[in-house]
Amino acid sequence: MRRIRAAAIGAVTLSLALAASACGGGSSTDGGGSNDSPKTLTYWASNQGASITVDKKVLKPELDKFEKQTGIRVKLEVIPWSELLNRILTATTSGQGPDVLNIGNTWSASLQASGALLPWDTKNFGSIGGKNRFVASALGSTGARGEDPAAVPLYSMAYALYYNKKMFADAGISKPPATWDELVADGKKLSKDGKWGLGAEGANLSENIHQVFVFAKQHGADFFTADGKPDFTSDGAVTAIKQYVDLMAKDKIIAPGNAEYAQNQSLSDFAKGKTAMVLWQTASATLASLGMKDDEWGVAAAPVRSGTPGSGTSVNSMVAGINLAVFKNTDNQDGALKFVKFMTSDAEQKILNKAYGSIPPVKAAQSDPAFNTKATAALRDTLAKSAAALPQVADESQFETGVGTAVKELLAEAAGGRPVTTESVKAKLEKAQQQMPAK
Amino acid sequence: MTTTTTTATAEKDRRTVSGSTPGAARGPRRPGRIRRIGLPYLLLLPALVLELLVHLVPMVIGILMSFKALTRFSIRDWGAAPWSGLDNYKISVDINAPAGEALLHSFWVTCGFTVLSVGLCWLLGTAAAIFLQDTFRGRGLLRTLFLVPYALPVYTAVITWAFMFQHDNGLVNHVLHDQLGLTDKPSFWLIGDNSFIALLTVSVWKGWPFAFLVVMAGLQNIPKELYEAAALDGAGMWQQIRRITLPSLRPVNQVLVLVLFLWTFNDFNTPYVLFGKAAPEAADLISIHVYQTTFATWNFGTGSAMSVLLLLFLLVVTGLYLLLTSRRRKTADV
Repeated sequence: MRRIRAAAIGAVTLSLALAASACGGGSSTDGGGSNDSPKTLTYWASNQGASITVDKKVLKPELDKFEKQTGIRVKLEVIPWSELLNRILTATTSGQGPDVLNIGNTWSASLQASGALLPWDTKNFGSIGGKNRFVASALGSTGARGEDPAAVPLYSMAYALYYNKKMFADAGISKPPATWDELVADGKKLSKDGKWGLGAEGANLSENIHQVFVFAKQHGADFFTADGKPDFTSDGAVTAIKQYVDLMAKDKIIAPGNAEYAQNQSLSDFAKGKTAMVLWQTASATLASLGMKDDEWGVAAAPVRSGTPGSGTSVNSMVAGINLAVFKNTDNQDGALKFVKFMTSDAEQKILNKAYGSIPPVKAAQSDPAFNTKATAALRDTLAKSAAALPQVADESQFETGVGTAVKELLAEAAGGRPVTTESVKAKLEKAQQQMPAK
Repeated sequence: MTTTTTTATAEKDRRTVSGSTPGAARGPRRPGRIRRIGLPYLLLLPALVLELLVHLVPMVIGILMSFKALTRFSIRDWGAAPWSGLDNYKISVDINAPAGEALLHSFWVTCGFTVLSVGLCWLLGTAAAIFLQDTFRGRGLLRTLFLVPYALPVYTAVITWAFMFQHDNGLVNHVLHDQLGLTDKPSFWLIGDNSFIALLTVSVWKGWPFAFLVVMAGLQNIPKELYEAAALDGAGMWQQIRRITLPSLRPVNQVLVLVLFLWTFNDFNTPYVLFGKAAPEAADLISIHVYQTTFATWNFGTGSAMSVLLLLFLLVVTGLYLLLTSRRRKTADV
C-alpha cells in the first residue's frame, strides 16, 4: 500500500519535473536588449586558427585582459566554421543565443534581415570610436546599403595568388602571372608528371562563390540587379563561370580530383608540392602548420583579365573577413558594446590580426609593420584597392547555396570528362535562379 | 515514424495492463478499483510526458510552421509569422516548378535507395545468421566481427568511408584501379553518378549487422526438432531453409524490414557526412533535400511542409504494410 503510494507520488513528481525542465526559461525574442546581467557575457568566436585549441590560446589572454579592465567575465565558445551559421539560426529562433558573436561578413545582410542583430547606428558606432576608424572596403560588407550595419568588421582578409618558388624556377617561370592568360600558360608548363598548375576547392560552395564572383566582376556582371533581384544568367555571369570551370575542363591546369575537395585539401596539396599555385585568403599561418617554410612560397596579387588590379572590371578579390555582431536580445547590452570596443581597439586589433595572419579593418592598426610583411602586404593592398564586397542582399546565403552548387556540379562534370558548354553552364544557372525564393 | 512505433508500444502496454489485473482487491471496493485502473496509467505518466516533450511537441510545431510564410524575415518570432494556408504544400508538390520537381527527383532517388539498401541488408544479414547457426571453430569471433559496423559511431565510420572513396588517394580506387585494374582510370565516388553506389555501399555496410542480429535472435526460437525431422525425411539444406527457416522467421522479418525501411528512408547522417550540404543529384536523398530547403536556402515554411508530406507518406506506407502483414498472419493462422 505504502509502496504503491510512494510509486504514484514518484511518478507524478517525475512527470512534473520533466515538464518543468523542458519549459525552461529563455530570454524573450520580442525586442531590445537589457542590462539584467552586467557581469557576464557569452562570446561565440568562429574558428580562425589551425584548430579550436589554437583559437582558445589566442583569445583567452585577451578575454582575461578585458575582465581585468571592466570586471566583466566573458564565456568563450569557439565554433567550427561549418556549424556557425546553423548555430546562429537556432539562436535566432529560440532567443537562446550569445551576447556577442562572430559572423562571416558575407552573411551580414542575410542575418540583418532576420532582425536578430543589434543595428549599428551612429550612437552605437560612437560608443566604439566612430565609423571612420574602419577601412571602407570592410564596412562595405556589414549589411544592406542604406541600412544601419548589422555588424562591425573584426578581421579582414582577401584573396591572393600563392605560388611554389621551386616549382616555378624548375619550369623556367621567372615571375608570378598577373593575368589569367599568363596563369593558364604557366599552369600548362607546370601541369605534368602528376603535378598540377592550380588548386581548387571544387565541392566547397562558399569557395566556389568567392572565385566566380571575381570572374563575374571582371566580366562586368553582378549576380543581383540594383534592386536586389537574382540575375544569374546574364552573358557576363555565364562567361565568367565557364572561364573558371574551363581551368579544369579545357585548360586542364586543375587536377580533376579537386572537384571533390571541400576540406582545404588543395592547400595541403600545395604545401606538399603537388600543385604550384593556389588562390587563397590568408594562407601563411596554415601553410606553416602544414610544414611549408616561409621561403618556399611567394605571394602576389590575384590575376585580372588585363592590366593591373583596381576597381570595376579589375577587381581581383572579394572582401573576405569576420564581423563582430551583438544579439539584439542580449541581457548585457552595455557590456557587449564595451566588449566590441575592446576587440576593435587599436591594440587588440594588432594582437588578434597578427595571431591569425589577417589584416586589421581598423585604419590605425594597419600601419603596424607586422602588416607590411611579404605575407600580408599583398592582402592589404588588395583590400585597399581592388577588392569588392559580395552582394549585400538578404538572399545572399541562398545565392551561395544555389550558384555554389551549380559550380560544384559543373566541376564534377568536367572532372568526369563530360563537356562543359555555354549551354550547360546556362542551364545550371537557370536552375539555381529558379530555386531562389520568390520576391 | 515515431507515432507508429509509439502506438504499437502503447497497445502492447495496454494489453499487459489489462492482462495483469491484480487479484481480489482488499479493503473498500471503490477506491481499490480506481487504484487498480489508475495506478498503471499513473506509472506510465513519466514516459508519456517525456514522449510528448521529445516527439509530439516538436512535431506539432513543425506542422504549424508548415502553414506559415516562414522565412529569414520572420524566423526570429515564428509564432507571429503570417499564415500562408496551403502555399508551402503547393510549392512542394508542384512538379512543374523547380522546388517540386527537385523534391520529386529526390523522392524517387530515396525510394530506389531504400528498396536496394533494405533488400541487401536483409539478404546479407539473413545469409550470415544462417551461416553462423551451426557451431564451428571461430564462430564467436566472426559474430563479433560482423557486429563491428553496428557498434562504431556513425560519424567516424562514414568519414572513414569518405576518405576511402576519395578520387586521388582513396583505398577504393587503389584496389579497383591500381591493384585489380578493373577500371581504366580512377573513378569519382563522392561526386557524379557513382555517388549513388558509394551511398548504397556505406548504407548496407552500416545496416546489415542489425539485420544479422535480429535474424540471429529469431533463429534461436526455431525448435531443433523441426530440422531433425526434416532431415530424416530427406530434406536438403535449401529445402530446410525454404520450408522451415524462412516461414518461422516471418514475424521477425516483418518487424525487421519495417524498422530498416524507416531508418533508411530517413537516413540523414550517411549522406551528410559523405557529401556535405550539397549532395550530388544522383544521391540527393530526401532528408538532405529537406535540410537544404530549410537551412541552406532559409525557406523554413516550405521545408516544414516537405517534412510533413514525408511523415504522411511514411505513415501511409507503414499503415498499409502493417495491415497487409497482419492480414496475411491471420489467414496463416486459420
